Amino acid sequence: MVRALSLLLICQLLGTVIARATGVPIPGPVFGLILLLALLALRRGPDPALNTTAQGLLRHLGLLFVPAGVAVVNELGVLRANALAIAIALPVSTLLALAVSGLGMQLLLKGER
Amino acid sequence: MPGLYHAWVYLQSGPLLGLTATLLAWQAASWLDERTGHAAWSNPIMIAIALLALGLIATGTSYRSYFNGGQYVQFLLGPATVALAVPMHANLATMRRNFVPILLSMIAGSLAAAASAMLIVAALGAPRAVVISIAPKSVTTPIAMGISQDLGGLPALTAIFVLLTGIFGSVVALPLFRLLRVRDRRAQGLAAGTAAHGIATARLLLESDTAGAFGGLAIGLNGLITAVMVPLLVRWLI
Repeated sequence: MVRALSLLLICQLLGTVIARATGVPIPGPVFGLILLLALLALRRGPDPALNTTAQGLLRHLGLLFVPAGVAVVNELGVLRANALAIAIALPVSTLLALAVSGLGMQLLLKGER
Repeated sequence: MPGLYHAWVYLQSGPLLGLTATLLAWQAASWLDERTGHAAWSNPIMIAIALLALGLIATGTSYRSYFNGGQYVQFLLGPATVALAVPMHANLATMRRNFVPILLSMIAGSLAAAASAMLIVAALGAPRAVVISIAPKSVTTPIAMGISQDLGGLPALTAIFVLLTGIFGSVVALPLFRLLRVRDRRAQGLAAGTAAHGIATARLLLESDTAGAFGGLAIGLNGLITAVMVPLLVRWLI
């Protein structure tokens, strides 16, 4: 587990170095994800330890969002001032994105066959 | 009891209290979620946040003081984002086969999510910082907060938008797919991951592993697409 966690952190570290050094406005962990994906493709898959560690982290993914969300206590004023705009924009844009990408993907997959 | 008061002041300055409270709130929320049989309205993330926010307000604790402990949980989002490569790899072969459909439908969905949200809040008079903060709301939290910060938005506000988007998406995704007859599991997962990141993907994962894998792929790819696209949208739209 320590080895698997080290691997995840090394990927994140290298990813962050790449993001910082190139100045590309993409967060380091995303580059880390790409690095790990490339590594897994070369090694033909994760070893059992990495599998277990990754599953453990992803199973509690929801917990990891909580601290950032608690920041709501600092933004109550902005939220209240723009409540209507937000209450319309979030559901409409989410439905639109679900519909566009879902229908688009289904259509394109059928076209390929 | 002045001793107790001193202990309270001491705890407020360290990470122990915030960290313990976060884990306890999460367990309480998960317990509640199980008791309701995972009802659509019961979202453990939202409940845990509400419990903690109410706790902060009731005890007059600042967010900064809470975050002394909360940051350790948040830090794990980085390695968790990297770990998404594992489920992505499991479907690498399928992914490579469907590369063009995936890329095209994701760019379309990503553009629809960011542009429509930005245009709506801008039309309803929201200030520039809010328009920027809402742009990456369909992307997973660490990436979305990074984009928001780079462009002059409010990262905390973005985190809330991301969360609300995810919860809304996880509730409406399956009914919407039924309505629109999107039956292909790959399309369902991809759309959920594109429109509402990990939270909706987690919901889809309960239905199908394939949907979960495509959702995981979409979360990562959408982070990339949105990070490239939003700076351009900000320049053109506002």
